[in-house]
Amino acid sequence: MTLLSSSPPAGLGPGPTVTHAPPQPARLVDHFERGLDAPICLTWELTYACNLSCVHCLSSSGRRDPRELTTDECKAVIDELERMQVFYVNIGGGEPTVRSDFWELLDYATAHHVGVKFSTNGVKITADAAARLAANDYVDVQISLDGATAEVNDHIRGPGSHQTAMRAMRNLSDAGMKNFKLSVVCTRTNIAQLDEFKAIADEYGAQLRLTRLRPSGRGADVWDELHPTQLQQRELYDWLVAHGDEVLTGDSFFHLSAYGAPLAGLNLCGAGRVVCLIDPIGDVYACPFAIHEEFLAGSVRDQGGFAEVWRHSELFTTLRAPQSGGACSSCHFFDTCKGGCMAAKFFTGLPLDGPDPECVQGYGEQALTARKDLNGGIPTPSGDHSHRTSPPIPRTGNAPVRLTLTRRDDIVAPPVSACAESPLAGFAPKATPVFTAQMEDALGRQEGGSSDPV
Amino acid sequence: MNADAAWRVHPQVSVRPEPFGALLYHFGTRKLSFLKDRALLDVVEALESSPTAIDACDTAGIPLGQRGVYLHALETLAASHMIEERAV
Repeated sequence: MTLLSSSPPAGLGPGPTVTHAPPQPARLVDHFERGLDAPICLTWELTYACNLSCVHCLSSSGRRDPRELTTDECKAVIDELERMQVFYVNIGGGEPTVRSDFWELLDYATAHHVGVKFSTNGVKITADAAARLAANDYVDVQISLDGATAEVNDHIRGPGSHQTAMRAMRNLSDAGMKNFKLSVVCTRTNIAQLDEFKAIADEYGAQLRLTRLRPSGRGADVWDELHPTQLQQRELYDWLVAHGDEVLTGDSFFHLSAYGAPLAGLNLCGAGRVVCLIDPIGDVYACPFAIHEEFLAGSVRDQGGFAEVWRHSELFTTLRAPQSGGACSSCHFFDTCKGGCMAAKFFTGLPLDGPDPECVQGYGEQALTARKDLNGGIPTPSGDHSHRTSPPIPRTGNAPVRLTLTRRDDIVAPPVSACAESPLAGFAPKATPVFTAQMEDALGRQEGGSSDPV
Repeated sequence: MNADAAWRVHPQVSVRPEPFGALLYHFGTRKLSFLKDRALLDVVEALESSPTAIDACDTAGIPLGQRGVYLHALETLAASHMIEERAV
């Protein structure tokens, strides 16, 4: 009888326990590769609306999609997850708490035995909200922070966002919420702050969660400048090994296992096998980092709903078939690294059966160099929901367009449309000063409700 | 772990059978456990209606020679609060 401690992919909570009795069948990870009857956990982006415009947003969020699932449709999805015994969902966005029915859906899910862990930038985590969350055993909260200092964080997440997150953690801590998560995306600018993040988490009674920056969504725009350097990857790996159980990773660094000893976790890509994503309009993707039609399995709005997509979609069936390691299969570390992250390869234009762009053995860099010689572009995410008024990346090379507003002398009245109600519609008097004054007078009264003919 | 006592699955634990065995999720500790064996699932499910853990093993048809292994597995589950002693 052995007892293994490991952590399944995509943000499961504390490391699960594997209890197994002989005779041992295939390894657990082999079962997972073939897929389960229902996901272990799934990510559900409730809305693309967000108060922030983080430069690396994996879902390119900002504006709400008008086709968003209604409250009733969301509840129907929750009913289905309850039937499938999905223990809990990771709710994200956008910023999920800006949906007006967020708290209603949260209560509905937990009342139907679907636990909720939601990610937030903290904007709605007031003292009252924190008290409400602390009172519900079936809810966990994940506060996003990408810099231990405002300087580092706000450069990525926007001005004031550090303060918002700290206030939210203070409120949660004051309300007695234990072990909520402080979630950090590891970037070139914050790898040096790992100890500081840990100290912040400890201060608020939270647990630190570190995840990998993927070139998904707007993350593709900043990946080149923000993804950790080779040296930093090593630093991160050593830090993770040293801190083991104290820190959660959602199994997102399994590609780093090729440095030597495997990191705690299942070390497997769970896409379509044990995890998946439901997006705000009900589309089901293989993983939260792969919002692209290539990884679109179906929709919860289709006949048969989510269960049908999970169990029978063509894409998920393919993902659960034995995968070829391709160029990686001869690598000494293939068993732990498995070729790395599918989404990271896809959005950097690398073949899915080749090395991860951040392969610690350096094969990724070689592949990226070779890629430049290839024809054909790098795939871009399916949807861009970014705020139109605040582009995440300052554009260079474009000067402001200067306009001068003038009147056109040759037009005395607006063009006539089919539904113009004005009795003066189409009337084009000679442009004498006196006539113009009278016409304006008549129009004024018309708008005021009088039908006084001229 | 007292194998002669009466046990049950913790009320905050949800059990989901899977082809390889089962998944157990504890909503209180937010921990997940994998049972890698269908027979172990049978034992766990028999706990509630059995007067002792040993009886649960017998109900699940565990051969005497393997009982120790399964009791050890139960002990592991008890340590992570997936199962608990119940009043008879």
